[in-house]
Amino acid sequence: MSTKTLPALRTKTPRTMPRKSAQRQDTVAGHGGFASKLTVNGLLVVGSLYMVVPVLWLLFASTKNAADLYGTSAYALGNFALFENIAAVAAQDGGVFFRWMANSILYAGVGAVLGSLISVMAGYAFDKFNFRWKDSLFGFVLVGVLIPNTATVLPMYLLASVVGMTNTIWAVLIPVLCNPFGVYLARVYAASYVPSETLEAARVDGAGPIRSFFALGLPMMMPGYITIALFQFVGVWNNFMLPLVMLQDQQLLPVSVGISIWQGYAVPQPEFVPLVITGSLLSIIPLLVAFIMLQRFWKSGLTTGAVK
Amino acid sequence: MATQAPTAVPQPAAPQRRRSTASGTGGRTAALFLVPFFAVFAIAMVAPVIYAIVLSFYAQQKSGLGFGEAKTSFVGFENYLQVLESESFVTGIARLGLYCAIYIPCMVGGAVVFALLLDATVARARKLFQLLVFLPHAVPGVIAALIWAYLYTPGISPVVQALQGGGIQVNFLDAHMVLPAIVNIGVWEWTGYNVIILFTALQAVPREILEAARVDGAGEIRAAVSIKFPLILPALSVIMLFTIIGTLQLFTEPSIIAKATPSITSTWVPNMWAYDAAFIRHNLNQAAAASIIIAALAAFLSLVVTRFSSRMNKS
Repeated sequence: MSTKTLPALRTKTPRTMPRKSAQRQDTVAGHGGFASKLTVNGLLVVGSLYMVVPVLWLLFASTKNAADLYGTSAYALGNFALFENIAAVAAQDGGVFFRWMANSILYAGVGAVLGSLISVMAGYAFDKFNFRWKDSLFGFVLVGVLIPNTATVLPMYLLASVVGMTNTIWAVLIPVLCNPFGVYLARVYAASYVPSETLEAARVDGAGPIRSFFALGLPMMMPGYITIALFQFVGVWNNFMLPLVMLQDQQLLPVSVGISIWQGYAVPQPEFVPLVITGSLLSIIPLLVAFIMLQRFWKSGLTTGAVK
Repeated sequence: MATQAPTAVPQPAAPQRRRSTASGTGGRTAALFLVPFFAVFAIAMVAPVIYAIVLSFYAQQKSGLGFGEAKTSFVGFENYLQVLESESFVTGIARLGLYCAIYIPCMVGGAVVFALLLDATVARARKLFQLLVFLPHAVPGVIAALIWAYLYTPGISPVVQALQGGGIQVNFLDAHMVLPAIVNIGVWEWTGYNVIILFTALQAVPREILEAARVDGAGEIRAAVSIKFPLILPALSVIMLFTIIGTLQLFTEPSIIAKATPSITSTWVPNMWAYDAAFIRHNLNQAAAASIIIAALAAFLSLVVTRFSSRMNKS
């Protein structure tokens, strides 16, 4: 046995070890002692733990029933009650939780797909066309970026109640289409992704501006479109004050407002606590998946917004 | 666009066509692309703000004993005066100022330090760390506030339990601790997001400059402080701008925490004050005035930050 394992080990070590150390040599360039390596990476681990631990707590807490939640240590597994908790969430108020999730997907999805298309079209026009009042119109867009969202929520509610649109899906769907920051980003993307020569060539070939936008401009700006859409999706999914103010009908609520209502119930009735915790976990899964899958896009999006 | 056209287009046809796109149909096609955005912009931003300004100059007055229809009358700046004279609103503004004074240094400072650590040559597993610090941003504000509300609650929280085990009695939800407790939620939500922005800016710092500094004998820390940090100042000023606009919106987190503790009143921050005015006190005119004050404050502060940062970038 010993003769069999030794060669295996030997072939294994040379394959991994030198490659790793060679890589390090490149980046470290002979600098940085063991102590500084330990300090830097140690601090990075501490910072990351601060970010991750609350989410992990949510994960552990959602596997516990109400008694274990208060009884057992936070990161110990009690009786594994995750599936009972999910079943309880699904059963509460005739399955209203999934209705809330569907509403969130509808609001955030429309905001992301349609709202971002509107922003991308406007940003593209600001970069590619010459027209009168271009600068002052773009100035309006920038003012729109600077006005805090929540400052317009109450005025929007007041206006919506005049035209009788409160407590309808339109009260949420129309505002989420407006994304001035998306226009700003789209203008930057249009400038860097879509060469004017390409559009000129298309024009010479007889393509109208609308056709060349959908056939050339939009596909070239696709990474930018996805980035804007992703951030809009998250923004709408996280939005709390707008739906809280606009909607009274429980069937129309997005999941953020719905869960906060359950939290209100949980104060006098602790048996609601596992519902709140498990519901919270379920509601962040779509976002976590989207972020992990679309890493490349949000990184580029953050850079464009801040550095350019 | 105009300067590039002649090289791409055969000479004779160029001038004519150019003119037709630039002035004739140019405006019309641009309009086609811009109308959808400006339509929703008008509905979702311009109209509400104008309507709120109008409302803020009127008041509902009940006649006589308070029976019968309320009358609407023009009152000038009366609502603004009432809002600004209201003790709870002014306290809310002061509280928000205190919140900013703790939150901005903690969050921005934390993000700068973390980004510099991540950019240090000895840092490992950079992609993993980036993903982990960004994780909280994928958690909606409501859920973040809920998680922390439980992490602050004695009996259920491992944090409180651990502190008690170490002999420290602390109630995160009492009147003194609740402000730092809410700051912590903001720091948790936003630090990672800004780490990514700053780290990307750091990655754009030319490696030759750092190499030259190293040859001159500057250590890691020296290079970080005197070379890297000044080069990310433009990104930092954008972060400051959006952070200030963001903090003025503070509403979600305290509203959620308010359900777990009586330390947070219904008028704790200006946005909650406006919400309370509209839906609890049913004074829409005052709510409109408060909203306009908040928006004006945001506009003023972002102007100050932009001025200040452009002056800093020049010098």
